Amino acid sequence: MISKILKKKKGLKRNIEPQIKELQFALGRIRKSPLSVIGLCIILVFVGIALLAPFICPPQHPHEPYRIPRYGYSMTPSPPSWEHPFGRTEGQYDIFYGVIWGTRTAFRIGFIVVGSILVIGIVAGSVSGYYGGIIDEIVMRIVDTFMSLPTLILAMALVTALGRNMDNVMLALIVVGWPAYARLMRGNILSVREQTYVEAARATGISDFGIIFKHVLPNAIYPLLIMASLDIGAMVLIAAALSFLGLGAPVGYADWGQMISFARNWIVGPPGNPLAYWYAVTIPGLFIVLFVLGWNLLGDAFRDILDPKIRRK
Amino acid sequence: MVHYIFRRLLLIIPVLLGVSVIVFVLLLLFSPEQRATVFVTDIRQLHNIQAVIKQHGLDAPFYVQYFRWISQVFQGNLGWSKTAQRPVLEAFFYFLPTTAELALFSAPLIIFVGMHLGTISAVHKDKPIDHVSRVFSIVGWSLPTFWLGLVLLMIFYGYFSGLLPPEELGIKASLFVKSQEFIRFTRINTIDALLNGKLWIFVDALRHLLLPVVTLTVVNCAMVMRIMRSSMLEALGKGYVMTARAKGADEKTVRTKHARRNAMIPVVTVSGYIFALLMSGMVITETIFNRKGLGWWWANAATQLDIPAVLGAVLFNGVLFVLTNLIVDLLYAYFDPRIRLG
Repeated sequence: MISKILKKKKGLKRNIEPQIKELQFALGRIRKSPLSVIGLCIILVFVGIALLAPFICPPQHPHEPYRIPRYGYSMTPSPPSWEHPFGRTEGQYDIFYGVIWGTRTAFRIGFIVVGSILVIGIVAGSVSGYYGGIIDEIVMRIVDTFMSLPTLILAMALVTALGRNMDNVMLALIVVGWPAYARLMRGNILSVREQTYVEAARATGISDFGIIFKHVLPNAIYPLLIMASLDIGAMVLIAAALSFLGLGAPVGYADWGQMISFARNWIVGPPGNPLAYWYAVTIPGLFIVLFVLGWNLLGDAFRDILDPKIRRK
Repeated sequence: MVHYIFRRLLLIIPVLLGVSVIVFVLLLLFSPEQRATVFVTDIRQLHNIQAVIKQHGLDAPFYVQYFRWISQVFQGNLGWSKTAQRPVLEAFFYFLPTTAELALFSAPLIIFVGMHLGTISAVHKDKPIDHVSRVFSIVGWSLPTFWLGLVLLMIFYGYFSGLLPPEELGIKASLFVKSQEFIRFTRINTIDALLNGKLWIFVDALRHLLLPVVTLTVVNCAMVMRIMRSSMLEALGKGYVMTARAKGADEKTVRTKHARRNAMIPVVTVSGYIFALLMSGMVITETIFNRKGLGWWWANAATQLDIPAVLGAVLFNGVLFVLTNLIVDLLYAYFDPRIRLG
């Protein structure tokens, strides 16, 4: 269908025909792979939840919608009921409200963090790969250093140093995340830089900036997008782990990791009913798992589609 | 070969320097009072923190401070950890055995399970078994370590009343381990139990190890599986595999001897990263299962603002990663004739 529309605009067709073919090929592959369709559906459901959060759970404190409402102060979790469909966790925080608004928190963390590291990584990697020499050497040594430290431990140290709140968690994840993108981007730039079409572009006298943007980037960016979709899940996982350890969101903030940490003392119920508090651990956990799984399934499908080594065999 | 080793050794200097700069920059993010705790070697000094600030010139320009700090680090003085109640360096060796034990059991399992799943997946590409093992690895990769650990505890500790408990040892065993009768060779429970010939302690330690090992394996084997699958797919398409088949070798030999051996190389290359992944997993796993190892200590240190311990953790992991990669590369060079003879 897309090509039919394009046939009418002949001038346009010549320029972007390969890209359109690529897109059609990719969409066809996504439709054929059931796993990626599942992934896409999961993400769409979460997008729906995030968008409709104010209607599903109208906030009690309109100025602070991320504050989970409390219904009492008892430490023991209360089981699901009509008013609280997922029950109340330690400190009587409403689990349903927490997981619904927590979806927004997860998207915010994922998009802000991955968006920022994508931009920083592309800029650092392009500059490093395109100019080479001493700049390249310096940037790559910085990248090496960051990549030699375990993600969670470095993020933990950064949040400890900067102070505990959501913004600093995101900042820490950005600091931890960009080097992998810079390295990948640099590699792509290096392999694209020597291509004839870049040389031809250079011969026509376009500026370096123009060459990078118009000719090198479009050909080098796909692997980064795959990594980004996989990283949205990974970053949300690390943020949740930090919250779980007590280094992330402030107490009572709608955040999945923190809701699991509330439930930590209640994994074993009273004698005779060991699974009495199952809802407190299981429900927020299922939300994290499904969210991350959705992005991973999608990213995995993208990888198979775009990896020239495996595709079309 | 000598030339290669020399060049490889030179390469670790900038990374180690970089790690030290990162740790120092982290340190500068704290106030002088907080920073002073890094120089404290004795708990009594904490009462007169102003004197420590003056003594170490924590208001001096940053490069002066950096050289002062790094010289302290080289002398092994990383400060006093209030969560461990001992100097940081001493605390490392105190907590190391518990973490080493968990790593000793989970790392081989992660590599073994990951490699086998990857091989099976590649050999049966696009068949049901490939889909099943890929789904298993993607789901495993998507599981938060802390949640999986808690759910496993809920089932095997709660529902099956105490079948697989948290912590390192049961009460009876841990009392016996502390007694005079039990000689501590390595302070790794399972190994010491065997060396002392106490099978019941060994079994008890294994019971406590099972859940954390399973947690770490399920979450981390996905990475190995993924790399193994794609490199195995690549190897199966190579000329030497075709040659092997052409000369009539049976399919099993072709897969295990010709394809898999070569496909394992990328997995070995990333083993440093697998190690880093494992250390991150340790922080969560040890916290959940209440095993008092390095990860447990670091998690506590971070929540209680125990700065020397947190900075020590970053430094320690950086050095460990550099050393692991160095060993991997040297072994690699030794086994790969292209590098050894080149």
